[in-house]
Amino acid sequence: MRHLLDTDGLGRDQAIALLDTAAEFSGIQERKVQKLPTLRGVTVANLFFEDSTRTRLSFESAAKKLSADVITFTGQGSSLSKGESLKDTAQTIEAMGTQIMVVRHSSSGAAWRLAHSGWLNSSVVNAGDGTHAHPTQALLDAYTMRSRLHGAAATGKDLDGVRVVIVGDIAHSRVARSNVHLLNTLGAEVTLVAPKTLMPTGVDKWSVTTQNNFDEALAGSPDVVMMLRVQHERMKGSHFPSPREYVSRYGLSAERFQSLKESTLVMHPGPMNRGVEISSVAADSPQSTILEQVTNGVWVRMAVLYSVYQQGDAR
Amino acid sequence: MAADYVLSESDITRTIKRMAHEIIEGTPDTSSLVLLGIPTRGAVLAERLADQISDITGADVPVGVLDVTMYRDDIGQGELRIPTPTTEPDGGIDDKVVVLVDDVLFSGRTVRAALDALIDLGRPRTVRLAVLVDRGHRDFPIRADFVGKNLPSATHEHVSVFLEESDGEEGVRVER
Amino acid sequence: MTSYLIENASVVGEKVADLGISGGVFVDAKSLNRDDRDVTVIDATGLVALPGLVDLHTHLRQPGMDHAETVLSGSRAAAAGGFTCVHAMANTAPVADSVGITDLVHRLGREAGYADVRPIGAVTKGLEGAELAGIGGMANGEAQVRVFSDDGHCVSDSLVMRRALEYVSTFDGVIAQHAQDPRLTEGAQINEGALSSSLGLAGWPAVAEEAIIARDILLAEYTGARLHICHLSTKGSVDIVRQAKARGAKVTAEATPHHLLLTEELTSGYDPIFKVNPPLRTNEDVLAVREGVADGTIDIVATDHAPHPSEAKDCAFDEAAFGMLGLEVAINVVQKALVETGLLSWTDVARVLSTTPAAIGGVEGYATPFALGAPAHLALHDPSGEKLATMKYSKSHNNPYRELTLPGSIKYTFYRGVATVIESEVVDLGGHA
Repeated sequence: MRHLLDTDGLGRDQAIALLDTAAEFSGIQERKVQKLPTLRGVTVANLFFEDSTRTRLSFESAAKKLSADVITFTGQGSSLSKGESLKDTAQTIEAMGTQIMVVRHSSSGAAWRLAHSGWLNSSVVNAGDGTHAHPTQALLDAYTMRSRLHGAAATGKDLDGVRVVIVGDIAHSRVARSNVHLLNTLGAEVTLVAPKTLMPTGVDKWSVTTQNNFDEALAGSPDVVMMLRVQHERMKGSHFPSPREYVSRYGLSAERFQSLKESTLVMHPGPMNRGVEISSVAADSPQSTILEQVTNGVWVRMAVLYSVYQQGDAR
Repeated sequence: MAADYVLSESDITRTIKRMAHEIIEGTPDTSSLVLLGIPTRGAVLAERLADQISDITGADVPVGVLDVTMYRDDIGQGELRIPTPTTEPDGGIDDKVVVLVDDVLFSGRTVRAALDALIDLGRPRTVRLAVLVDRGHRDFPIRADFVGKNLPSATHEHVSVFLEESDGEEGVRVER
Repeated sequence: MTSYLIENASVVGEKVADLGISGGVFVDAKSLNRDDRDVTVIDATGLVALPGLVDLHTHLRQPGMDHAETVLSGSRAAAAGGFTCVHAMANTAPVADSVGITDLVHRLGREAGYADVRPIGAVTKGLEGAELAGIGGMANGEAQVRVFSDDGHCVSDSLVMRRALEYVSTFDGVIAQHAQDPRLTEGAQINEGALSSSLGLAGWPAVAEEAIIARDILLAEYTGARLHICHLSTKGSVDIVRQAKARGAKVTAEATPHHLLLTEELTSGYDPIFKVNPPLRTNEDVLAVREGVADGTIDIVATDHAPHPSEAKDCAFDEAAFGMLGLEVAINVVQKALVETGLLSWTDVARVLSTTPAAIGGVEGYATPFALGAPAHLALHDPSGEKLATMKYSKSHNNPYRELTLPGSIKYTFYRGVATVIESEVVDLGGHA
């Protein structure tokens, strides 16, 4: 696997191997030396054209725990704002000597272009491109579900039959898209909940159930409820009348949270708007995996960096 | 099939018994003894050696598993290898006499990786190496302290160890 | 000046005959002596003789964007494709919204000498869609502009569109509309549908084109003016135009070669070479557009040749410019999509690529192909064989067909009796760069 650009290209065995590898990496917390020498001498470049402190730090942490060196580029105040193109920035950074590029960009397809255009030799890991894909987020979400459901016995397991409800601005969410592909690959059953104006075109062709009524979706006793952040621009773009109306119909309020079974996981990719899409009661409960998702993100990203690294000729 | 084996099932049993005696003889303070097997077959052998040793001394010997995948010197080449669990023996490895156990000693690269993995786990008092088969052709300055059988071989030959617990059969074979 | 005796050509694919060119016009072939020193004989066996092709929609980028294309390089590309007349769109820098610019473009075309370059005037000042441009001045200038368009932008304000239609109807001008409701297509990248959704690229819904077309047809009928629809791309648009024509509306429509052959799937790899406005649509749309050309709902094929420098395409998809090259292989695409599928004969091809676009643009000399005494505009096309669709003459390289093989090739082009293409190579006429 030379690049990781999205989750639709991941087969079931590949996905499980990544999750199992991540599980092994989580074990280093128990060790005296909480680091592995695996990618010593390898340089990982973080190319964050679109800002995101937490994802960037997560990749940085993952790379360092594998003993790799990290160089970071962020969009603000750089020559990019002076008009240097994606191609030139990436080639300039690669010219400093990198083997892996982690890329986040506001244009859908940016990571794909870097991987397939012939501009670069490095492996490319997509850290989020426009509204298209965010594969490491989907992987860490799946990892979190798996480890909460099976504990130590999670190795080699998929998510067969697990009922997942994803709520929010699905139309503009790369997290939702990547999760849908990966969860389907791992055998889960996915329901998407959103008002019609925030559902993607052609969603009826996806392997999901759609539901405009949140309460009806919850009546189906899901095993996981994943809340997505709602951006303010959507309110202004005539997608929705007001934040208040959105919250009352699609927010995980205290009442809705209380109606969930005790085993139902409450997930959120972060950062959350407390009191908007998710109530504090839900976010702070034992069922909430929000902080674990962050920790798990490091192991998963370690597994991804290890798996895409190629020395010399491609595998 | 039995005719192909260089070491038969009964040979292996005898050899392990002898190695157990040697390890005991070579370790003045057996109460500090721990065995660490390198997966997959080294871990199987470590269990067997531990059983033999405790049969002889009457005391349990802690056994652990040391995965070396992340410490290899060929990362990023060849097929992607998935790491397997590392488990520390009861009581850890700090200030212990650690005997690393593997099935075949060849270039020595695996043992080099195992030593690096071991140092990241803790600080043993002493480290020894026990192997079932030493087939020569070292690329690194590494030697085994306890050897089951010396099996001189040509580099192009393939020496394989089969154990019941991991392979469903018992024996050591050399393929030319 | 050399005279040409063209022997055994298949005249618009119907019958084999000889053609004669002398003194810049068509003459009776029998009047030329093949042994004369001044007569060049061309063996046109197996070649289809077409009247010089006329493009109603081209972007020559000059003035202002010379690095992408110039009137000279664009004219040469046109000649290579069998064209003897191109209409140059107004979205240059500065915009062609006054007679000074349109007459400049007209003059540059004359100096280049490869084809009639007919400047198109903007409908509104600066293409801003608010105030009418100097339409009357442009119509009365040297270039005698008759086609007006804000192409690149839609004249979306209904009142402005109404006034523009009323204004040009006084001198039989025509408004060529780029139909795209701006509010429904803010930030749009590719056709709206399941593919745009899965690729995460903002969608350009078909209804944004159809709604404007429907409105404009009603306005044209109300004002009695002529309306031309640029680059029609959807099944719905074809249906609307078909119904309008059935009740006698004075509307004409064009389709581009790429909308006759290419579909949205090509954008799956995020390659901006396939980014165009209006976007590549579904297979169903492509088939409907072909049907539209076949039954006359769509009157002409026009290239919308849109050169862009490499930095405008060598970037992330949503940062890239919209547009594809088309002049050099338009006839080849038409052959593949319409002739080889049995939808058009070569006579029909002459109609959609020459006679009718000339009629819409008010260009003289194309009404009767090969009429004796008419200017000798001629393309000799070899329909046999197929080759990789590379383009050599445009200054830009955003060629969406570069990995496809297309059938046929233009062997000769004559503009006013001068050979601009010989043996598929453009002749150097010594104009300005």
